Amino acid sequence: MSVFVSLPGRLAATALALCISAAVHAQSAPQSGGVINVAIQPEPPGLMIGLVQNAPTQRISGNIYEGLLRYDAQLQPMPQLASAWEISDDGLTYTFHLREGVQWHDGEPFSADDVVFSTDVFMRETNPRSRAILDHVASIEAPDANTVVFTLKQPFPAFIQAFEVGTLPMVPRHVYADTDFYDNPANNTPIGTGPFKFARWDRGSVIELVKNEDYYEAGKPYLDRIYWHVIPDAASRAAAFENGTLQVMPAGSVENFDLARLEALDGSCMTEAGNEYFNPFAMLWLNNREGPTADKRFRQAVMYALDREFVRNVLWNGLGKVPNGPFSSTLAAHDADLEQYDYDPDKARELLEEMGYDGAPVRLLPLPYGETWTRWAEAVRQNLEDVGIRVTTESTDVAGWNQKISDWSYDIAFTYLFQYGDPSLGIARTYVSSNIAKGSPWNNVEGYANPEVDALFARAAVENDEAARLADFAEVQRILREDVPLAWLLEMGQPTLYRCNVHDLITTGIGLNDGFKNAWIER
Amino acid sequence: MPYVSFILGRLVKAALVLLAIVVLNFFLIHMAPGDPAAVMAGEAGATDQQFLDDLRERFGLDQPLPVQLWRYVSGVATLDFGYSYRQQMPVLELILDRLPATLLLTGTAFVISLALGVSAGVLAAMRAKHPSGSLIMVVALLFYATPLYWVAMMAVLVFSVLLGWLPAYGYSTVGADYQGLAHVGDVALHLILPATTLGLFFMAVYTRMTRASMLNAGQQDFVKTARAKGLAPGVIQRRHVLRNAVLPIITLAGLQAGQMVGGAVLTETVFAWPGIGRLMYEALMQRDYNLLLGIFFFCALLVIVFNMLTDLIYRLADPRIKEAR
Repeated sequence: MSVFVSLPGRLAATALALCISAAVHAQSAPQSGGVINVAIQPEPPGLMIGLVQNAPTQRISGNIYEGLLRYDAQLQPMPQLASAWEISDDGLTYTFHLREGVQWHDGEPFSADDVVFSTDVFMRETNPRSRAILDHVASIEAPDANTVVFTLKQPFPAFIQAFEVGTLPMVPRHVYADTDFYDNPANNTPIGTGPFKFARWDRGSVIELVKNEDYYEAGKPYLDRIYWHVIPDAASRAAAFENGTLQVMPAGSVENFDLARLEALDGSCMTEAGNEYFNPFAMLWLNNREGPTADKRFRQAVMYALDREFVRNVLWNGLGKVPNGPFSSTLAAHDADLEQYDYDPDKARELLEEMGYDGAPVRLLPLPYGETWTRWAEAVRQNLEDVGIRVTTESTDVAGWNQKISDWSYDIAFTYLFQYGDPSLGIARTYVSSNIAKGSPWNNVEGYANPEVDALFARAAVENDEAARLADFAEVQRILREDVPLAWLLEMGQPTLYRCNVHDLITTGIGLNDGFKNAWIER
Repeated sequence: MPYVSFILGRLVKAALVLLAIVVLNFFLIHMAPGDPAAVMAGEAGATDQQFLDDLRERFGLDQPLPVQLWRYVSGVATLDFGYSYRQQMPVLELILDRLPATLLLTGTAFVISLALGVSAGVLAAMRAKHPSGSLIMVVALLFYATPLYWVAMMAVLVFSVLLGWLPAYGYSTVGADYQGLAHVGDVALHLILPATTLGLFFMAVYTRMTRASMLNAGQQDFVKTARAKGLAPGVIQRRHVLRNAVLPIITLAGLQAGQMVGGAVLTETVFAWPGIGRLMYEALMQRDYNLLLGIFFFCALLVIVFNMLTDLIYRLADPRIKEAR
């Protein structure tokens, strides 16, 4: 069948198409100017990202500081301070070519010497996570002002995932070299290369960043100013978004049960994008050393006893994803075919009976991070008691939680961990026996030790052949799924609420931590 | 001369009490599980022994507890309250930065509660047998019995979200950069909701105290004498009843004034008011020992100062106290 359209009709259609195209174009063409107001909670202790690594610091400081790379939603590296990079075939040499014409906020030029200082001196000294990554590096050299060469001791494919601003931020050598890093006055007036400069911090109230007029990407950033509002109460933050004072509410700004109401407001939008790199993964530490949780059958029973879909649908308002094992689904190494632990209380009871569980009580340590986590602990307790496990809940504050976990003084405890884009960076640390040590709440605190798993993680870490590496990780997932060193609860959804006239807010897999350099306000 | 020796005696006692408070708080804080290094390591999302050791050495937490106490007390003696581990700033600077906001909030609430509470209490006492007297007491009880947190949230919902009359939170309008009188007006606008919410809670206490005290004083023989002499009821209430009923109110006011620095955590939290109460709560959560001890010191100091002032005002209000000594 042919379709005939008269000439005037065709002209009208063309005109209409042009109008639509123009309108779309007008909508999609960024507009410069404007001020954006964002919630931040809790108030960060400092903004010098090389020294302070907590979540609010990273969220704000990604506007001030930059790394060599960014990562897209598929976790592929993108240029940032490095415009290009090469990895040698043997996986031992990483060469970064830096952008030219980049300046620090105080006007000094950024160069390869800053990269060498930041990675080889500053971050090695100040940050344990960066230090662990840099342990793979034999030397860092700057053959010229715009080139940096990292030479590794052995191949470490995860290395390319370690250059985002939170892991290896660039800090100014001319400000920090030969000083006491912790007492440097610049810590209170941070100097980076990022799209926004630090302007003011009224403690307890607001942090103000202003546009970096000398930013190296022409025309960016689009916003003139960012205000980060310190509002300690979740309901008050919700009210501030509702009455229009705030335009952006990062994940965690309001309780989950308030999300649907706020998303339904006129002109309100919500996205889960930007979660890909960190992908916080909620889990239960299960103490593998002593008590009922030392028995694999008990731990498997816990997995069958938990109604994780209920938690996702009710407590998390349908956000996030129930994992089938220890690897989050955003990782390339994730095995989608791994058999899921379905909610099966009868199976849990069978396993408990088989092991001869005598009803000894287990201590449950909730995470003191607000109402959602409190309710979650109640749901877990109810699930466990339904299958006959006696539970005593031990509530504490954050410091007490850290202490108990670090001292291994728990039976079952809530936690969540970032994935950092690669199992060698974000997952192996939780399961390898070399990472069992008192004093940290972030290592292998469950005390799981399996030489086979150790060997597989160690081999995969230095395996330069991608297929062989994925095969090792697949095998690790299969073993861990069987052993259940800990209970995998949820790949946590990280919703960002924002006013719909704010565009390009999240453009990478790092989310808001990557800064607001592309964000603009439609007027 | 008796006044001077009275004040000197009180000052010596105050210094001893302060020392005892510092020592007691020092040990209490260290008894709580966790230390600032562990909290900061926890926040960093990764740690190793080197990181923890570095932090503890930097904060002096690697020293025996008595050594830490001695260092702290000798520092406080020279008004050196140390360094906040978490905020990376001198403690005194942090406290002085937040003190004005807290004093403005609690001071305004104090005036509101005292003025409204005493007036309402007098009125309720004078109309004790009248329905309006009962109504005042019911309203007062309502404000006292309702959780402060809930009243604050409802105030935000009604006056800020629904009506849009008043700002929902904060000390001033972010980004407005008002100067001079405009700034004063802006702060005053932001002060209305938190100060009124806090003031209404305490108002109820004054109302009840004033009414009970007035009714009690009204039963005394000297009031009957005054009535028998034919004095006007208003004069009797003002000159004889209220003056005799004022002592418990002064006591209560002294206690409330003493708690002005640290007593408004909830109000400061709901209204994001950048005061000491919030700072104290955060310091507690982070085990920021120096900052917490510094705030406790100032809170204790203020309580002691206002207790002394209350004693002095007693003597002015009731000459019998002076003679009794």
